[in-house]
Amino acid sequence: MNPLVEMKNISLRFGGNQALNDVSIDLYPGEVVGLLGHNGAGKSTLIKVLSGAYKSDSGRIFVDGNEVKINNPQDSQKHGIETIYQSLALADNLDAVANVFLGREKVNGVVLDEDTMEIEARKVLDRLRVKIPSLRVPVANMSGGQRQTVAIARAVYFKAKVLIMDEPTAALGPEETQKVGELIKALKAEGVGIFLISHDLHDVSDLSDRLTVMKNGRVVGTVNTKDVNEDEVLGMIIAGTTPKHLVNK
Amino acid sequence: MQNVQTNQAPVVRRSLLQSLGVDIQLITMLVALVGVWILFQIWSQGTFLSARNLWFLAVQTAVVGIMVGGMVLVITARQIDLAVGSVLGFTAMLMAVGQAPVVENLPGLGINWVIATLIGIAVGVLIGAFNGYMAAYWSVPAFVVTLAGMMIFRNAAFSVSNVTISQLDEKFKILGGGSIGALWTIVFGVLMAIFVVWQALSNRLRRQKHEFEVRPLWAEVTVLGVTLAIIAAFVWVMNAYPIPNTNIPSGIPIPFLIALAVLGFLHWMTRSTRFGRYIYAIGGNPEAALLAGINVKRTMVYIFMLMGFLTGLAAAVQSARLNAAVPSLGRDLELTVIAGAVIGGTVLAGGSGTILGAALGALLMSSLENGLGLVGVPTEQQKIYIGLVLLVAVLWNTVNAKRRKL
Repeated sequence: MNPLVEMKNISLRFGGNQALNDVSIDLYPGEVVGLLGHNGAGKSTLIKVLSGAYKSDSGRIFVDGNEVKINNPQDSQKHGIETIYQSLALADNLDAVANVFLGREKVNGVVLDEDTMEIEARKVLDRLRVKIPSLRVPVANMSGGQRQTVAIARAVYFKAKVLIMDEPTAALGPEETQKVGELIKALKAEGVGIFLISHDLHDVSDLSDRLTVMKNGRVVGTVNTKDVNEDEVLGMIIAGTTPKHLVNK
Repeated sequence: MQNVQTNQAPVVRRSLLQSLGVDIQLITMLVALVGVWILFQIWSQGTFLSARNLWFLAVQTAVVGIMVGGMVLVITARQIDLAVGSVLGFTAMLMAVGQAPVVENLPGLGINWVIATLIGIAVGVLIGAFNGYMAAYWSVPAFVVTLAGMMIFRNAAFSVSNVTISQLDEKFKILGGGSIGALWTIVFGVLMAIFVVWQALSNRLRRQKHEFEVRPLWAEVTVLGVTLAIIAAFVWVMNAYPIPNTNIPSGIPIPFLIALAVLGFLHWMTRSTRFGRYIYAIGGNPEAALLAGINVKRTMVYIFMLMGFLTGLAAAVQSARLNAAVPSLGRDLELTVIAGAVIGGTVLAGGSGTILGAALGALLMSSLENGLGLVGVPTEQQKIYIGLVLLVAVLWNTVNAKRRKL
């Protein structure tokens, strides 16, 4: 089976800072890969390369086995890659409908087709089983969980094959965190591949099938979640060493 | 919220204002405007609300009215344009020099007034494009780019000619002082009324068909009734003022009609087009807009170009009204336009502002100027009152925004 996404030998330098150094990572359908590392390890930079926000200096990206060029967010979306950013995802002053369709509004000629967009947004939010009192108030007035759901609805509506979630539960309470966890499992069951980025091991260990740990712009290692214990993963994050029993794997 | 099962129109208890479905900002603006009008009516012993004065108020509001909507978009996108006053002066001078038969005692260029006007407007658009390009592609703060523009184009206006250019084309003058007559005013009023009713009705039916939330019927009728009353009163007042030395009703002044058309278009554009939506998205969260695939830089250039276009249009109206262009035309106007937008609820931090609010803001500003002049407050004191109103308005907006967020 071809990986959904394969990033090979990605490097990116910002001035004197080697943000990504020969990074390779892959993701299979229906799989959740947790991307771990300290702040500044390069996790966010890596996914921004995949989502088209940054352009790498070198390296190749494959989607479904075919090499693709991702120069901007539209390219990434075209290949079915959707990104949910921790705090950057929504325009707070716009309502839920506008946010779900932002950048890809439905139009009749030049006029926004608000009715269709509202119907579709309502459908997808119902499907995610989330109660949002009004789709027509600015999302600034919503709870963290509701806002995150709007962001996820956006990805789901546009039939993401690959979902990148950057710290999806960082701003959420326990109940809402659980809710997002259920959403992730549901999407996974539908065959969506998910990159889950976090600096907190607990956030991702329950949900992910594999873990990729980064440090100082390099990949320390990629392991099956069930093969490792917490201390070993912490060792990878902090010391940058792969557990001994996995070294030759 | 407890009994909400899905996102089907939920049953939520609403306050009176929420039921009306009208922005609280807009209601406050209207109340403030009515208050100011009544105050001046009493203070001026009945002259403020005379047909004659209201007709002139409409003409006085036109220039700021044309520009204020553009400024709302600029500010909403987290930018500012300080150059508009100077650009107005510069483009007005270009239009005047182009068409006037005599410039500084020499024969003028004698360009057809239509072409001269279009050249002036085109220059406004180009200046806007430059400002937007610098701000968007070179990340120069718009404050600085347009501050430079403010200096450059004021002196450029003086460089075109440092004397008053008068005797503009007779037809050109209609842009600033003509009016459309009684019949067309009534036609305009009737068409507006039909449009407003049709719009409300078709919207309501469509939303009901899709089972979206709709206003309660009484709220719909109230809003519609008030709108129709305003249209009727407007038509009546405009036709109650006769052309001087005749009994012929003037009707709606052309400059005011231009302002109405501009504001109506911008209102529609902000609510119903992608471009409008993107302006608000950029103002709300530029990074989210970028990641959503919106071409933020190009959108910014378009916003400044639109502002330049409106400035050029306002320059034509202003100089046509004076039947002259002076190089100092539009001095301090940028501040008046920004103040109008801010009084109308536009937030300087970006992301929030409405065309309707700004239109009322512009009307409130010119009402203050007109009223204070009428009751004999000396010009040098008028700005004190206007400044205080600006302060109160901003305070009110800030308090309001905080309350809404919580």
